[in-house]
Amino acid sequence: MDTLAALAGGFATALTPTHLLFAFVGCLLGTAVGVLPGIGPALTVALLLPITFQVPATSAFILFAGVYYGAMYGGSTTSILLNTPGESATIITALEGHRMARAGRAGPALATAAIGSFVAGTIGTVALTFFAPMVVELALKLGPAEYFSLMVIAFVAVSAVLGASALRGLACLFLGLILGIVGVDLQTGQPRFTFGMIELLDGIEVTIVAVGLFAVAETLHLATRHRHGKDELLPLQGSLWLSREDWARSWKPWLRGALIGFPFGAVPAGGAELPTFLSYYIERKLSRHPEEFGRGAIEGVAGPEAANNASAAGVLMPMLTLGLPTSVTAAIMLSAFQSYGIQPGPLLFQTQGELVWGLIASLYVGNVMLLVLNLPLVGLWVKILKIPAPQLYGGILVFATIGAYGVSNSVIDLLVMYAVGVVGLFMKRYDFPVAPAIIGMILGPLAEQSFRQALTISQGDTTTFITRPISAAFLAIALLLGLGPRLWAAWAAARPARA
Amino acid sequence: MPRPQPVAGEVAVSAALVLIALVSLWQTSVIPVSPIYARVAPTLFPWIASSGLLVIALILLGQALFRGFGVEENLAVDWRATGWVAAGLAANAALIGTFGFPFAAVALFVCVARGFGSAAPLRDTAIGIALALGSYLGFEKLLGVNIGAGILEGIL
Repeated sequence: MDTLAALAGGFATALTPTHLLFAFVGCLLGTAVGVLPGIGPALTVALLLPITFQVPATSAFILFAGVYYGAMYGGSTTSILLNTPGESATIITALEGHRMARAGRAGPALATAAIGSFVAGTIGTVALTFFAPMVVELALKLGPAEYFSLMVIAFVAVSAVLGASALRGLACLFLGLILGIVGVDLQTGQPRFTFGMIELLDGIEVTIVAVGLFAVAETLHLATRHRHGKDELLPLQGSLWLSREDWARSWKPWLRGALIGFPFGAVPAGGAELPTFLSYYIERKLSRHPEEFGRGAIEGVAGPEAANNASAAGVLMPMLTLGLPTSVTAAIMLSAFQSYGIQPGPLLFQTQGELVWGLIASLYVGNVMLLVLNLPLVGLWVKILKIPAPQLYGGILVFATIGAYGVSNSVIDLLVMYAVGVVGLFMKRYDFPVAPAIIGMILGPLAEQSFRQALTISQGDTTTFITRPISAAFLAIALLLGLGPRLWAAWAAARPARA
Repeated sequence: MPRPQPVAGEVAVSAALVLIALVSLWQTSVIPVSPIYARVAPTLFPWIASSGLLVIALILLGQALFRGFGVEENLAVDWRATGWVAAGLAANAALIGTFGFPFAAVALFVCVARGFGSAAPLRDTAIGIALALGSYLGFEKLLGVNIGAGILEGIL
């Protein structure tokens, strides 16, 4: 009952005209950046970080959440019509959705994606509403040692489990950790990795790294391969109304997708890609028309789209209850919390109740707005997709400049952003994942802080991480996550040899 | 299938990572040790991160030399497009501190558009001006981000 009362209070916050406006602008912006290839929610939230100096925290987070959810909706439009997944979580949508569009069924593909996103996004938000307070209860029992071990899980998950190569993922994680160390050590006041430069004493701005990695690196990467290949934008064909058969084939994948997506997002081993792959696989197994898969099966759009939206809601759970971001956008939102001097975590629900519940309520509101924005108004987004590449990338770099230069009007910041962009170009070219670097950079200092607190409490006894049972369990999970898939692969490879 | 010929770029990237790790180790060794008592020295995490990177980078280097990363063959670089984008970025950095953001943004926009195949520099200039002024006013007035109008200060 407490939860419902708190949620009602949240709606009272979210339904004020100002906050409705922030939610609407966020959804609009989010859908636009989700639709546009080359920019995503992480970059957008990074560019909007300066707003934290202007408006109260609640308004800013309602805006960010709108961008975050909106990009999930918008990404599917691009995947379906352009076959260029706007977000990594919509790669699967492109598989079947683009085939449907080729067959003249773009309308139903877009409709099942949008309605599925709405259904799953709402289920995910309901799950967030009711599970988050329970997680908070548990989280209040965790000490610094447990937090440190939890962060180890997150590090292992983003670098070694997701992505093509564990080695390259770990390399990026350590790079991110090193970037996070730059600046004055908060506990002892010693400058670290500053090369004697005053500019580096405050550390490296998250905005500069994020914008460099996403905007500059992406543009450079596309420029290097400019002469190869053009994407073809498919026309919007077919009715946006789902036929009776389409409904019948869509609703179960929506629900299954939501059930798969939320837990994957919610555990610190999150990421939205995995549940979409899983959902696709399950739908193909369960389908009565498996032969249609690969040729435009509507289940293959409905399930993964639902899964990625539910997991987006799931990601907010560790983020709000534990202060543990498991996606790049969540990591950048965490740095927004820090710029307000708020530390997300279990206490957030007590000290910032209005903020948290207002944010959660605005997610329900945002989902409704997004359904309207994406279904009847889909024609508008198709127009945005027609912005030609030269002007689009020119514009993206202009905004990137504002993001980096606006921090402190320093050309050095701009050059740091370029340098990060060039590094990012090589990362893209040789398939190094970006997420571990950003998450390492933002979560690294927090991990160090927990580590120190834990050792202070245990009076220097390093075994505290394995003698405290919960912490030991977390570390065991991290170990399993890191080694499990490899052991499994080795076992699977060895088995036919034995037989 | 082992590849007989290591890919130069993969070797270079791995070597660069080794270099970064070494620089990072060197920087860790010069962190002044605090006279203030601390249970965990400020150098512990830097040691972990730097040596972790060194180990991974060395393994990657070995992988690049003997096996290859196993990523798909990279396409040849389009130097014309890349050159234009780089020129735009350079012009941006050179102009923003002197003439101000609006000029830098237009130069950047026109060069990048050119790089991506636009053949109408005059039209791009017009779009660039509109974009520069629009985003300047938007960020400066709405978000309060001070990006500096340069020589147009007082006019905008």
